[in-house]
Amino acid sequence: MTETPNASGVPASAADTLLEGSGLHTFYGVSHILHGVDFAVRRGETIGLMGRNGMGKTTLIKTLLGLVRPREGQVRVRGEDMTQAATHAIARRGIAYVPEGRGIFPNLSVRENLVMAARAGVDGRREWDFDRVIQTFPRLGERLANGGAQLSGGEQQMLTIGRALMTNPDLLILDEATEGLAPLIAREIWNIIKTIRASGIATVIVDKNYAAVMALADRSVVLVKGRVVFSGESRELADNEELMHRFLGV
Amino acid sequence: MDFAFFLIQLLNGLQYGLLLFLVASGLTLVFGIMGIINLAHGSFYMVGAYLAWSLAGMTGNLATAILLAIPLTVVLGMALERLLFRHLYQRDHLYQVLLTYGLILVFEELRSLIWGDDVHGVAVPALLNASISLTENLSYPVYRLAISGVCLLLAAALYFLIQKTRLGMMIRAGASNRDMVQSLGIDIKLIYTLVFALGIALAAFAGMINAPLSSVFPNMGSSVLIICFVVVVIGGIGSVKGAMAASLMIGLAETFGTVLVPEVAGMIVYVLMAIVLVWRPQGLFGKA
Repeated sequence: MTETPNASGVPASAADTLLEGSGLHTFYGVSHILHGVDFAVRRGETIGLMGRNGMGKTTLIKTLLGLVRPREGQVRVRGEDMTQAATHAIARRGIAYVPEGRGIFPNLSVRENLVMAARAGVDGRREWDFDRVIQTFPRLGERLANGGAQLSGGEQQMLTIGRALMTNPDLLILDEATEGLAPLIAREIWNIIKTIRASGIATVIVDKNYAAVMALADRSVVLVKGRVVFSGESRELADNEELMHRFLGV
Repeated sequence: MDFAFFLIQLLNGLQYGLLLFLVASGLTLVFGIMGIINLAHGSFYMVGAYLAWSLAGMTGNLATAILLAIPLTVVLGMALERLLFRHLYQRDHLYQVLLTYGLILVFEELRSLIWGDDVHGVAVPALLNASISLTENLSYPVYRLAISGVCLLLAAALYFLIQKTRLGMMIRAGASNRDMVQSLGIDIKLIYTLVFALGIALAAFAGMINAPLSSVFPNMGSSVLIICFVVVVIGGIGSVKGAMAASLMIGLAETFGTVLVPEVAGMIVYVLMAIVLVWRPQGLFGKA
């Protein structure tokens, strides 16, 4: 491993660290889900967050976003302690979220789903606007007046990603973006993620297609039962059959 | 029934229905978006009427009184949302009913302490104190027409706000997925506060403009509250469009019922509700 998550988590170049959790312990009622997780995303970086079902990936994301509060540990956004901050305040610091199950607003039209989220980025940047999102997802352009609930699964996923981009984020967190999609549509989504990555937006990708994640991610982090068991270069993990088998069952 | 008489009843029915809409739209918005059953909604109607009466007495002018009273009711709505209602969003409806029933008692007691238990009349503003004659001995008061006009304007503004503005999109999105709205960097708590205050202000405003017609009296909110729940149920819970349709239906049914079949006028709206619910249990515009 080139980088071992130790007490300091990740190097202290705080200005470059967009989002960082350290020593996170999160509970759902009495179940202890996260056991002292350290996790950090730097500017422009792509991280694959991996682990089997129920290992705490979504809980980690929700904790970082303030949707679930950790009982112990700290969440920092751009170096600032935001452990107790409201979710919208964290999001406004340039973090966008594509949740598992997509989270489109079914009672809003496609156009409204996008327009309601429009916002300049942290530095006032407006690279992503309605027109560019429609250029990136032409299928959405054909269905602007449709209700969110009338879209196919793949279109809903595109809408959620497009909506997240409307906030001009520096970091995009994608939780199971290709889940339940036909292979062809999933490939389309992967291509879009590649484009987004190439545009300089940092990404955290959670996906069951480990090979695709590792091919894209600079670093991979593996969770087993709420603990980080691997954090390092994706290649290192991909090349290590024993680790892949032990941690991910592949 | 000759035409002029029919026209008067029609205008009365529409005016009553539009007024009901102002009160019911707030009730259905707050329920549809925050999931709050607000039994105290009628109390805000009463507060509006009493504020209009007392401020009109001080300023000598109903229009000035209303302009002063609107910001007061907005502040009241925001304060109550922050202090009380906010804590009930995630709770069972039983808690909401308990709190808001308690609020009715508190408001009645405060009204009694501040304004007393007497019935008071409010003068129609001089500018609108006129009638349009329809036949030799039938005429229609301008003030009622003005009320209908103001209600229509407000209904159109409300429609525009909710359907056409970004704030309206955020409000509707908040009704479907609160966490997701926050994850997009939108302060959902602030939006809830605004929606709640808007609902309260609409109910209070209805009380203010109707004060010259209804006069102000203790407990005046309770009958309005009950009829507004009927409106919300008939229209479909959470649907502003449904509230409009149901308000006009009830306004016309009650007005014509009182004239044509006075013996059973009191039960007409409930029969109407029963018929609608048998036909569409989710209400006219409600989601199944």
